[in-house]
Amino acid sequence: MPTMSALNVSVWRGAADGRFETFEVPHSTNQTVLDVVTYIQRLLDSTLSYRFACRVGMCGSCAMTVNGRPRWTCRTHVTKVAPDLRLEIAPLKNLPVIKDLTVDMSDFFTKWQRAKGRFAPTKTRSDPVEKIIPDSQARQAADAGIECINCAVCYAACDVVTWNPDYLGPAALNRAWTLQNDTRDGDQRQRLRAVAGDAGCHACHTHQSCQEHCPKNLNPTASIAGLKAAAFRAALTGKL
Amino acid sequence: MSGTWAYIAQRTSAMIMAPLVILHLVVIVYAVRSGLTAEAILGRTQGSLFWGLAYGLFVLAAAVHAATGVRVVISEVTRWRGRSLNLAVSAFGLVLLVLGGRAVAAVVL
Repeated sequence: MPTMSALNVSVWRGAADGRFETFEVPHSTNQTVLDVVTYIQRLLDSTLSYRFACRVGMCGSCAMTVNGRPRWTCRTHVTKVAPDLRLEIAPLKNLPVIKDLTVDMSDFFTKWQRAKGRFAPTKTRSDPVEKIIPDSQARQAADAGIECINCAVCYAACDVVTWNPDYLGPAALNRAWTLQNDTRDGDQRQRLRAVAGDAGCHACHTHQSCQEHCPKNLNPTASIAGLKAAAFRAALTGKL
Repeated sequence: MSGTWAYIAQRTSAMIMAPLVILHLVVIVYAVRSGLTAEAILGRTQGSLFWGLAYGLFVLAAAVHAATGVRVVISEVTRWRGRSLNLAVSAFGLVLLVLGGRAVAAVVL
């Protein structure tokens, strides 16, 4: 790849009380933000900490704040987000910074469990395979949210998470909604109970930052709206 | 669970208030543009079941809506949550209900 010019890159260093450090990185065609971070770590400062795995938008581990917005860095081209060749790369918001660009994801995944984001089977391997009608309303609702890669971009983008650290967040609630629409799942009442309430779906303000920033173009806000309606109905019928 | 009921109360009260706000604005515009005196207004409202019910419901919905809304705002801006907050905003809603109820009684009874 031919080098065209140099990028001015500010990278967060240290933990929460850290600071930005500036690097100069050669700019090349089709260069991603993850390429830039990798270049710095391999050639300029080997002490830089960051996380990545698949490099192709599947694993959800490389999300960072790029020029103020949470993004998956492996699929974010520099030319699209930094036309002036200036990059500011910081760790994701709403999660404790461990060091540099790595955040502690414990809260994020703990909330996934608190939202009962785990499939609860109702059959054994001896039972016949359940027939799922692909164009049924429930299956389509589940399909709409199923491609989440747990990158936490939505969690970092959510103002309600900032205001209420107990809030389960868009990803966990989106996951719960897909399971609520899975006809094979056997834990629907308990899950609805887990996601209803002040720390759950009712806390959502419908800002739609999660939808705006989701790299997979999912709409967690719509999933949360579905949970709100389901909890509303369940409460009125005494099933919550 | 209390969060779900607070949510239901807030959304339901909003649905009730929406048409009543429009009615209230129409009443204000009508009263002002027609140059109605206080006596003329009271002549229409006193003993009226319709105005008593409409504004009574409006006051009730506003009290519930304000209390549940303030509950959310306080819980997001401060760390105050739980039972004590629920009691405090319930008291706030009750104050609004009493004040509004007195105003409705004054023009209807």
